[in-house]
Amino acid sequence: MAKLDRLNQGEYILWTGLGFTSFIGFWYLSDALGLVPKQFLPAPHEVVLKFIHLMNEPFSGYTLLAHIASSFQRFLYGFILAVLIGVPLGLLMALSKFANQLITPFFESIRFVAPIAWVPFAALWFGTGIGGPVLVIFMGAFPPVLINTYRGAIHVDKKYLEAAKMLGAGRFRLMTEVLFPAAIPSVIAGLRISAGLGWQSLVGAELIVASSGVGYMMVKGQASIQTDIVMSGMIAIGLIGLIIDILLRQAEKLAVHYKEA
Amino acid sequence: MADIVFESVERSFKQGGKEFLAVGGIDLTVKDKEFVAIVGPSGCGKTTCMRMVAGLEMPSKGRVLVGGKEARGPGPDRAVVFQQFALFPWKTVQENIEFGLESLSMSSEERRQKTARLISLMGLEGYEQAYPHQLSGGMQQRVAIARAYVLEPEVLLMDEPFGALDAQTRVVMQEELVRLARKNPKTVLFITHAVEEAVYLADRVVVMSRRPGLIRDVIEIKPIREKEGWDQYSRIEDVMDLSSFVQLRSQIWKLLREQNLGVDH
Repeated sequence: MAKLDRLNQGEYILWTGLGFTSFIGFWYLSDALGLVPKQFLPAPHEVVLKFIHLMNEPFSGYTLLAHIASSFQRFLYGFILAVLIGVPLGLLMALSKFANQLITPFFESIRFVAPIAWVPFAALWFGTGIGGPVLVIFMGAFPPVLINTYRGAIHVDKKYLEAAKMLGAGRFRLMTEVLFPAAIPSVIAGLRISAGLGWQSLVGAELIVASSGVGYMMVKGQASIQTDIVMSGMIAIGLIGLIIDILLRQAEKLAVHYKEA
Repeated sequence: MADIVFESVERSFKQGGKEFLAVGGIDLTVKDKEFVAIVGPSGCGKTTCMRMVAGLEMPSKGRVLVGGKEARGPGPDRAVVFQQFALFPWKTVQENIEFGLESLSMSSEERRQKTARLISLMGLEGYEQAYPHQLSGGMQQRVAIARAYVLEPEVLLMDEPFGALDAQTRVVMQEELVRLARKNPKTVLFITHAVEEAVYLADRVVVMSRRPGLIRDVIEIKPIREKEGWDQYSRIEDVMDLSSFVQLRSQIWKLLREQNLGVDH
């Protein structure tokens, strides 16, 4: 693998800026040349104005921030549920070959089913209640949490397990005080993937089974051919996704304050 | 009574589909409160012997008895000091030392007292809240020894505990261990490939040969040490200069050489 040299700060700003500028430039160019009908592709500044406008003026019942809050709440429920079940289960699988054999075949057969495929059941089981989107997010967020916890835990240096057993630790302490802390870097890597997948699946779920949320707002925008609203939704999704990832990276720094001695 | 008895112990491993004998027929008794060092070249199975006492491995044939009971699994009655320290990097010095006590039933007050005593005994005051990576190799090794000692085990198993230390630190640790062991004797099985270390520390030195691991000879140190009064010297170099020490050292050295065992030290 070719190793890239790090950019200095000037180059960093230059190339990042150039990337964004050319993207916005092409966007304006296609707008000016009339390549796409106005109502199908609004100009960049129109999207920004709409975005700000949506912050104050309700659309489909709520302001943009209220839609975001509603989406974020669902995301949090599904994500936390995935973590609460996925992390202990992953640790258990690493510790017990019986648990591993019990769970793995079943898990392997459902993890390739896209989270969106659960939408029909989400709708049937939960209607437009909060359970539907939470189910879909859970289905997206759960596999990476489980897999990464498990992989992190089975690669824990054997010497720590031997030391803990020698010191009289039982299974519970092995899980909570050895496997879990040792697996944290891998667990957080899993959480980052799972947050991404969960957040993406959420919007998919809201397109169908919700009466609020960013996804719902986008569907309503599409129905009335207000592409600037759809794009504002896309920006909101991107920004929130970015914030979630930054928060998780901070969490990793807080959790892994030690080095291997 | 916590003696260690090897009864015709064999241990074989599978490697690339072939079975090979790592330890082939060991009979040895480490008496209660005796300090026995096993020396031998790398790959002579000395670490395997220790791990079988620890319960981290099981003999393929024969039995290992500790205090009359077969060692079937690891436990705090047979504390191990590992060569690679194996301190938990995510726990502080204090938490590392307390880890074993938390598995035993005792009040948190008692736990704190015992930990504090070991911290002061090993000269770790002021480092209670430090993490292992913030300590030097010698300090880490002291934490590892404290973590084993705090359990007040009847049997202490040490696998080349000073192998990873620099020469000066190693000497200090050896002197400290001698003081600790003479003051508060325990049944100790000490694995090393350093002949001088074995002679300086142990009551008896067991010399092993390679492939399969067998006992070549057992050398009594304690009678000579007591007769020549080694323990009145606090420094290892003074003991090493004594002719009685030199004699024992070359005796063991020759044993290893004569077998053409390729000693790596």
